[in-house]
Amino acid sequence: MNDQVKTSVPWQRHWMAVVLIGVVLLAVPFVAALGGQAWVRIANFAILYVFLALGLNIVVGYAGLLDLGYVAFYAVGAYVYALLASPHFGLHLPFWVILPVGAGIACIFGMLLGAPTLKLRGDYLAIVTLGFGEIIRIFLNNLNAPINVTNGAQGITLIDPIRIGDFSFADTTTVLGVAISGPQKYYFLLVALAIMVIIVNIRLQNSRVGRAWQAIREDEVAAKACGINTRNIKLLAFAMGASFGGIAGGVFSAMQGFVSPESFSLMESITILAMVVLGGMGHIPGVILGAILLTALPEVLRYGIEPLQQAVFGRMIIDPESLRMLIFGLSMVLVMRFRPAGLWPSPQRRRELAESAN
Amino acid sequence: MGEHQILLEAHDVAKHFGGVKALHDVSLTIRRGEIYGLIGPNGAGKTTFFNCLTGLYKNESGHFVFDGVKLAADAPHKAAEVGIARTFQNIRLFGNMSAIENVMVGRHLRTHAGVLGAITRNRSTMTEEAAITRRAEELLHYVGIHERAHDLAKNLSYGDQRRLEIARALATEPKLLALDEPAAGMNGTETEALRILVEGICRDGVTVLLIEHDVKLVMGLCGRVAVLDYGEKICEDVPAVVQKDPRVIEAYLGGSIA
Repeated sequence: MNDQVKTSVPWQRHWMAVVLIGVVLLAVPFVAALGGQAWVRIANFAILYVFLALGLNIVVGYAGLLDLGYVAFYAVGAYVYALLASPHFGLHLPFWVILPVGAGIACIFGMLLGAPTLKLRGDYLAIVTLGFGEIIRIFLNNLNAPINVTNGAQGITLIDPIRIGDFSFADTTTVLGVAISGPQKYYFLLVALAIMVIIVNIRLQNSRVGRAWQAIREDEVAAKACGINTRNIKLLAFAMGASFGGIAGGVFSAMQGFVSPESFSLMESITILAMVVLGGMGHIPGVILGAILLTALPEVLRYGIEPLQQAVFGRMIIDPESLRMLIFGLSMVLVMRFRPAGLWPSPQRRRELAESAN
Repeated sequence: MGEHQILLEAHDVAKHFGGVKALHDVSLTIRRGEIYGLIGPNGAGKTTFFNCLTGLYKNESGHFVFDGVKLAADAPHKAAEVGIARTFQNIRLFGNMSAIENVMVGRHLRTHAGVLGAITRNRSTMTEEAAITRRAEELLHYVGIHERAHDLAKNLSYGDQRRLEIARALATEPKLLALDEPAAGMNGTETEALRILVEGICRDGVTVLLIEHDVKLVMGLCGRVAVLDYGEKICEDVPAVVQKDPRVIEAYLGGSIA
């Protein structure tokens, strides 16, 4: 009897937190829309990056494989969507066909990358994956001859938005007197996808496969001696991470209506990795925080610096774009200096770092 | 001696690193249910033999027959699969995982849940997961460190880490447990506790292959002992005979004993 009372309290709190987060998530696109649809798009990108960062978290955070070419899978997903739903080839397949196909092809690319790098670790793996990411981008840039597959640097335009029957994600729909714009619809789609990837991350963490990943991260030789087929388990991590990258790429394509190779530069890979590391490697809330901060901060700076300089100095002293990257870089350095385990590390990881410092 | 009594046969196993012959045509036979000791001075090739047996090294010539089947041990996880589990001379635990998680990793080999099972949490996955946890708890009890189940492996005391490594190895349901210097760095009390544990493991039906420097422990524990020197087996017999063998004394003390 007493026990029941005790356990019911955390459950109530648990539900209150869920309701609270739900209300906030529901309100964000409408509050953001007050500042213009641009802010809704920024919110959308924040959620898209949450999705990407959590996909990468499986590879880097769980299995400990430092992957600097993650954007390649994002690119593969984006181009699969673009090629199968645009006038470029005259194909207009529905999204529920393309997204799984994109995820599948990205997954194959993940294994293609994984296979030759199985014996590499740490820095060496990072260098090879970095090269892989660049190879994909350069391919996309140059695959316009002899057969025009990717349309080269011009990219692919007029990509279909996501459509369910007559319900298009590109137009504004009025539901119960509330007008919901295209970006707002994508917002809800992205939130649903992000919740899915969060559940997958949580459930994998404490599973047989999740433990095998951690074991490989900790000591690969011992993991092998325990009977773990490290080759398959590592490939599985690459494949899982890549599939999520592929799905994110597909949604990106549909949302933007345009893709070109320059969206998939090395900088993008590094940013996604920074989200994982800055937030707290392997810790889901930390990674989410990292992704939101690293998407929102540059945008806030973009719109905030100019008015701020006008107000303080009465004129523009430093070019906003350079100052933005300066502040961005500085804040990254400071976080890594004072919170090396990330902004919101898992309790365990915080303990590890505290111990190794002593 | 019937065929079914032999668990492991090594036939002329050789391994060299560059010009150094680490193992020179070593043959030995381990019977089911015994504790078999492998001793020898530092650098005699004991650990190399272990690494060849468990697939970490690929031996140049010779082969192993385990439980009647020739080992194609080119991958360590396959050695574990047929029933050879090992510990390491320099303890290799998953330091940042808890003790019980370490043992749960050992169950990986004998369980099946995949990614889909983990994501959907279907009934068979949950049943399996509960069984893994239960077995891991039992094994921690068995080696006597269940009170530290939720501590990080790296925070355990040295002796407890050795025990945890044994529990993790046992979790793979081995037929042969290969212990690489389990008593290294232990004091007398810890060594005695280890002796009791290894005896218990053997009594419970697991054959033990033991590399050890502690001669007293080996002589008290092992049914038979092989001695390696410079990669060659110089002697194989019951401890009492091995102790008096002049070649063994020479190998350990160096030079002739005339």
